Order: sequence, then C-alpha cells, then structure tokens
Amino acid sequence: MSANMVALAYLIAAVLFILALKGLSSPESSRRGNLFGMIGMLIAMVVTLQLPSVQNYAWIFAALAVGGLIGGSVARKIPMTHMPQLVAFMHSLVGLAAVLIAVSAFYDPAAYGIADIDGGLHLASRIELFLGAFIGAITFTASIVAFAKLQGLVSGRPVTFRGQHLLNLLLGLGMIAAGVVFCIGQGWEAFLLMLVIALVLGVLLIIPIGGADMPVIVSMLNSYSGWAAAGIGFTLSNNMLIIAGALVGSSGAILSYIMCKAMNRSLFNVLLGGFGGQVATGGGYDESAEKRPVNAGSAEDAAFLLRNARSVVIVPGYGLAVARAQHALKEVVDKLIASGVQVRFAIHPVAGRMPGHMNVLLAEADVPYDIVCEMDEINPEFAETDVALVLGANDVTNPAARTDPACPIYGMPILDVEKADRILVVKRSLSVGYAGLDNDIFYMDKTMMLFDDAKKACEAILKSLD
Amino acid sequence: MSQNVIDTTQAAAEAAVQTGAHASADPFILAFTVFVLAIFVGYHVVWNVTPALHTPLMSVTNAISSIIIVGAILAAGPLEMNLGTVLGLIAVGLASVNIFGGFMVTQRMLAMFKRRKS
Repeated sequence: MSANMVALAYLIAAVLFILALKGLSSPESSRRGNLFGMIGMLIAMVVTLQLPSVQNYAWIFAALAVGGLIGGSVARKIPMTHMPQLVAFMHSLVGLAAVLIAVSAFYDPAAYGIADIDGGLHLASRIELFLGAFIGAITFTASIVAFAKLQGLVSGRPVTFRGQHLLNLLLGLGMIAAGVVFCIGQGWEAFLLMLVIALVLGVLLIIPIGGADMPVIVSMLNSYSGWAAAGIGFTLSNNMLIIAGALVGSSGAILSYIMCKAMNRSLFNVLLGGFGGQVATGGGYDESAEKRPVNAGSAEDAAFLLRNARSVVIVPGYGLAVARAQHALKEVVDKLIASGVQVRFAIHPVAGRMPGHMNVLLAEADVPYDIVCEMDEINPEFAETDVALVLGANDVTNPAARTDPACPIYGMPILDVEKADRILVVKRSLSVGYAGLDNDIFYMDKTMMLFDDAKKACEAILKSLD
Repeated sequence: MSQNVIDTTQAAAEAAVQTGAHASADPFILAFTVFVLAIFVGYHVVWNVTPALHTPLMSVTNAISSIIIVGAILAAGPLEMNLGTVLGLIAVGLASVNIFGGFMVTQRMLAMFKRRKS
C-alpha cells in the first residue's frame, strides 16, 4: 500500500467515525451509525497492521485477542445500572494506553519515524509527546478514582483538606516545569517526573468531588480521553487520530456543559468540589421535617388514582433503578395504557448517574422510547396532567430551586411536577435527597405519599389494578 | 518507516503551493488545522445527538478514542523485543478491551431502544 493509499484509508475511517456520531441523532439511525464506527475502526487497524514496519504479528494478535475477549465478555454481562463505572473504567484504559505509547515513543522514536538525525526527538515531537503523556496520565488515575467512587469501592463523599487547591496548583506548575525541562533537554528524569506528578494530580483532582457530581466528571474524563488520543495523533502526525480525538474531546466537553447546566453549576464550581459534603452532617433535618403533616395513602389508593386519570406523567429517579423497579413499573404502564390512560415519562438530564442513563434503564425494561420525554418537552404538559407519579426522584422536582434563593440547588431547572392536578410520590421515607433538602411537594394538599420501596410499591399497585 | 511523516510533509508542501502560502509551512500547522476543523465538526454533530442517546454516545466515543491502538500497533511493530515493543503490546491489549467492549456495549444498548408497537 502506498503512503497516499494509507492516508486515504485513514481518511475513510475518520469519516466513518463522524457518521457513527451523526447516527446517534435518532434511535433508528443509531444502530447503523454504530456499524459505521466498527467498520472505521476495522479499516484503521487493518491499514496499520499492513505497514512495513509492523512485523510482530503473533504477539500483536495475541494482545488483540486477550483484550477483545475481556472487552467482549464485560460488554455482554455488565448490568445497565453499572454503565457509569464501565465508562469510567474504559476512560482509564485509554489514558493508560496513551501513557504507554508516549513512553514507548520516547524510548524508541525510530519506530514511529519521529527520530531526528541523532536518534533523539525533534522539539515539536517532544512538546506533542509531553502533552499526550500528561493528559493520558491524568485521565488514567482520575478515571480510576471516579470508577472506585461509582463502584462504591471508596466512599462517594468528597475528600477535602486545607490547602488542597494550592497543592494542586503547585503540582500543576511543577508538572509543566518538568515538561519544559524535558522539552529543552529531553532527559529521562524530567519525563518520568512529569509523568509521576500527572498521575498524582489525577487522583487529587477527583477526590474532592462528591458522588452526585460524578455525571459531570465522567463526561469530562470522556473529553480528556479524546484530547489524549489527539495528542498521540500529533506525535505520530496522523490526521485520523487527531480527528477522532477531537470528535471525542468535543463530545465530552458538550456533555459536561449540558450536565452542569442541568444542575445550574459552573464547571469550575464542580471541579473545585466539596458539594454534597454537608449531607452527612444534616442528621437533625429529618426529625424536624417529619412534623409537617403529609397525606399518606395505600397502594390501592394509588391504583385508584392512576386508573381514573386521563393522563399520567411518570418522573423516574435513580432510586427507581436502585430498587430494580423498572420492570414492575413497565407492567403498571402497560396496564394503564391498555385501559386508555395516556402515559408518558419525564426525564430530567441528571436523573441517572450519567448523561442519558435513565433512558437506557427504561429502554432495558422495554419502555418504548417515544413515550419518554425530555424536560423541555414535558414541562409545559404538567398543567394538563391528571397525575404526576414521582418514583425515586426528589431534588429534580423540588420547587425550592425556583423560589428559594437561599437553597443550594437554586436556579437548577426542575420538572414542574407541582403543576399537575394530583401528585403521587413513592418514597421509602421522608429522607432528604442528594442535596440534603426537604421538598415542599411532599406536603401539598394534592399530594399523596406512598411510603414503600419503589419495586414493592409498583408490584402492589399492579395487583390493585387487576 | 516514516511514511506518515513524509506523507504529511508532502501534503503540506502541496497545500502550500496551492494556496500560495509559504512553501515551508510546518506539518504541525497542517495537523493543527485538521484538529481545529475536527473540533467544529464534532461540536455540530454532537449537539444533534438526541439526549436520550447520551449514554450510548459516551460508550461509542470511548470506543472511538481507542483509535490510539494505531500508535500502539506501531510501537509493538518491530520484531526485536525491547521495552518499547512490550509497552506497545500492553497498549494494544488495553485499547482492544475498549474497542471490543465499547462497540459491543453500545450495540447492546441501542438494540434496547424500541418504538411503541401499534
């Protein structure tokens, strides 16, 4: 294959990656889009494998097979509730691979064709290598910490200490200084020092960030993994890597922005961390809250309310998935639809543990995606809705976000549940949500509380509907 | 060995001639041009992604960022085993976990999204 043919094949792969993302504009075109992505990857790999410098086939195919088997079996078995952890884990692999490639390129520049006459590296290559290596290293350890927090291996509570931000700043400057020394003198020591600082920095940047903010962090690390790939692309002067990296980088950046906007926080505010730390200390809050009267009802009452409604909007939260209630809920929905009730779902952008998570969890329970609505789409409809059923959600329905400037979630866009004719809230107790706040909708006259686990409640309602 | 570099340099030279710019335009500037334009493409394509598919978007971009396997294969390429090749082979394995895992889990999720039967 001539060099031009190789470049053209890489261009085709890059275009296929763009088409893969374009396909995600609707569920119908998305499956074909994913196929385009796979074909693009296959082309890129085959073209690279046939390059004359690549000879070590037995070992390379062995590594491919081992990795492929692990990846494939994880992909088949992973529960959909664990997607955030899986994605975080995969980001760490991209980061680590980028670091290894950078070290290898530094060790043997000739294998990449980036050596100068003396067998060293050009200044431009050194700068690119520095960028790719440190972004990869930060992505690696930061993703490991995010994975551990999401998987519950470590507490999701923010870890903060005095002088934290100053320490991070000093480490960041130290890393850049080591990088500059490396770029000037191309010494091993400076390169390794830069890598070690970047690895430590990755951990320190994520530990102050609470579990509730993980959707933003996972999106941001998605972005980092893209920039790391683009950095390696610059090192290898390979446009396809640069294009693919830029696509992923901008995708992750947009998702982080969407998540921040949905929580009315700035990215800077999320990154500084500490949010949600006060939840654990607010123990006295519950008792005072329980003094306010609520209308508690039974599953039969709830079933009666739902059956006699013309329209029902269901607001699911992550609590629904924790209780594994999706399938029972789906049966309730089927029964209501069969008896002529209009049923729709209202999804807040931060309803799950990562962007779009709740949609996947509902799709897994066979809920058709055309009755699942986004916040902007469904909010004007609540005034026309007979019953709003809130299941395992809290903060995203809290009207205080609109009315109380003193509350921590003030300004966060919410689902206008309180505009519905009747509100039905399924909740285990009157405990506070992630943000540690009480919710006024629990105490409204038109609200009925059903105190139960989401799954048991759905099963009981289902029984009463018969 | 250095096909990519030669290739880009040639392309740079050709582009420079065509646009009448300095014939000595650095290959880095060309790569940077591609990078900036690709960010714009990504920006527009991703804003068009429906929010319902943001999780599959993340898993598929994950698979796509594993395109760094190209670099890993180059590192693992030489027959002579040394630190560089071994690190390259490990990177090939890590990236292929992501490629297979990422595309397959995306496929699995997308297969769940169904319309109402009517």
